[in-house]
Amino acid sequence: MALLSFERKYRVRGGTLIGGDLFDFWVGPFYVGFFGVTTAFFATLGTALILYGAAIGPTWNIWQISIAPPDLSYGLALAPLKQGGLWQLITVCALGAFCSWALREVEICRKLGIGYHVPFAFSFAIFAYATLVVFRPLLLGAWGNGFPYGIFSHLDWVSNVGYQYLHFHYNPAHMIAVSFFFTTTLALSLHGGLILSAANPGASLDEPGKQAEVKTPEYEDTFFRDIIGYSIGTLGIHRLGLVLALNAGFWSAVCIIISGPFWNKGWPQWWSWWLELPIWR
Amino acid sequence: MKLWLPFAASAGALLAVASFVGAGWDAPPVATDQLGFRGTGMYHHRDVETEAALKAANVAPPAPWEADPSGDKASALYQNVQVLGNLSGDQFNQFMASITEWVAPEAGCNYCHNPDNMASDEIYQKVVARRMIQMTQSINVDWKAHVAQTGVTCYTCHRGKGVPAQVWSTTLDPKPAGNMTSNRSGQNVVAVNAGKTSLPQNALSDYLLGDKPIRVHSTTALPTGKNPAGTKETEETWALMVHMSESLGVNCTTCHNTRAFNDWDQSPPQRVTAWHGIQMARHLNVNYMQGLTPVFPANRKGPEGDVLKIGCATCHNGVQKPLYGVSMLKDYVDAVAVKGSTDVPNFSTYIPGKTEVLGSAATPVTQP
Repeated sequence: MALLSFERKYRVRGGTLIGGDLFDFWVGPFYVGFFGVTTAFFATLGTALILYGAAIGPTWNIWQISIAPPDLSYGLALAPLKQGGLWQLITVCALGAFCSWALREVEICRKLGIGYHVPFAFSFAIFAYATLVVFRPLLLGAWGNGFPYGIFSHLDWVSNVGYQYLHFHYNPAHMIAVSFFFTTTLALSLHGGLILSAANPGASLDEPGKQAEVKTPEYEDTFFRDIIGYSIGTLGIHRLGLVLALNAGFWSAVCIIISGPFWNKGWPQWWSWWLELPIWR
Repeated sequence: MKLWLPFAASAGALLAVASFVGAGWDAPPVATDQLGFRGTGMYHHRDVETEAALKAANVAPPAPWEADPSGDKASALYQNVQVLGNLSGDQFNQFMASITEWVAPEAGCNYCHNPDNMASDEIYQKVVARRMIQMTQSINVDWKAHVAQTGVTCYTCHRGKGVPAQVWSTTLDPKPAGNMTSNRSGQNVVAVNAGKTSLPQNALSDYLLGDKPIRVHSTTALPTGKNPAGTKETEETWALMVHMSESLGVNCTTCHNTRAFNDWDQSPPQRVTAWHGIQMARHLNVNYMQGLTPVFPANRKGPEGDVLKIGCATCHNGVQKPLYGVSMLKDYVDAVAVKGSTDVPNFSTYIPGKTEVLGSAATPVTQP
């Protein structure tokens, strides 16, 4: 959507974290800022390295291109470029680009004088990624524990890492994360359906041939009070959605960081504590 | 009053505490083996402390003395020596001393023998022991594909106990309530032999006694309607696989690249050894353990009256190579690394306390 004439008044100077006025400008619709420059730098370099890795790899099949992490024998050291060093550089670029993007969001929030909810939420995605490729490998003592960068290969990695623990569905944090993912989609679909139902009320019952009036939030609240006795309200539903979604990402990170560093048997065995509760032991 | 709130919060807090304190979490460092190409996620993480404890618990005991193979044969020196007759007197006594340490270190010789008549078969343990020696010989001679040159002895399973610690039998406990709940297909209870999962609890009967097809994997990307296996069969296979993993202290990626469980070309070579292991365990249960059913007293059988049987854990005891691959065979070559008589007596005629000599039957009830 094009920038509307009256929206120009929101494009104000200042609010930058770094660089003062130097990068405080827009290119077309995009705000640049210092972190826009670093985002572009890391994203371009990282993409170029992926292309280089693909070029020296065995295939140009988009599904099968894979940039694998180093062998475990390299531990936490740097590996030669073609033996996982590329993966290490690309990981640095990815984290650089993701963090720059989050800080660019912060600068835009500061310009607009709004809260930091969006960069805060995005930081959970960065946290989940960093957990997979930095925190967990650090705890396990080798970069080789990171996942490979490839469309199919990262799925194969997920499969094998799950089966390292015999039955990953018994991972308690995985259970919590999956529940939050499902609940997030449930809440989003209920919310989307409710808003659309109030905005698109269909044919009028009173005046045949005419559309009914668009309904206010009171109708939305009443719908949920009638059906489940409670409405969380117009602001509350967005708080709920954010909490559910962030928990989904957070518990995903928890479920993988405990797998290996803090638990290395089959996940079904973890439930021994439940079987040994003094109530029925 | 919303009294349920503090109650629910307390219960939740207690369970959270129990799961933190009682679960046995393990902090880094972690020892990791790489099993596949880098980035495939085929790794095996081992808890350093658990590994040290396993190493201490799985040490092969040395032979009591080096046996002299010369001299008169045991068959000439003693009566009723049916399987070990080709051993020299010294070899025979050395093996008897070892087997006592391996199987009945506290009860001693009298665990199997009447001290007044060592030749007598009146104690059922002696009848079982003779068959188990035949079994051990068969494993070392016929199942090299699984045990290789390392082989097994009585100690591999018994570890100083009359009954090996890791055996299995059919279990229907806890009993279903009846009516609609009667048939749960072994599911939704703690499957002790399948890593405490809720997978089918008697899956070992299907595969390590019966020969139900284990391979449930479709071999085409899209369904063709020709694979008869559904979720139920898959979970039974999974139960067996969890049993194997837990028995060896390994995980699925030790034998499989899980992107294609079925594909031998993508599987580590350990899968071949494991395949022979499944055939071996089934063969031993069918041909050795089941035939002994009339000999064992009720307190040596499972809750459903079937004989105690062999699983992967029976030998492996949580270690990928039993006793960390240390072979005990060199001290007992003539006793268990070659076959003696393979005759099988008719166990159904056995009367404990009375049978003086249980000789080989003209028509064996089980195959050797």
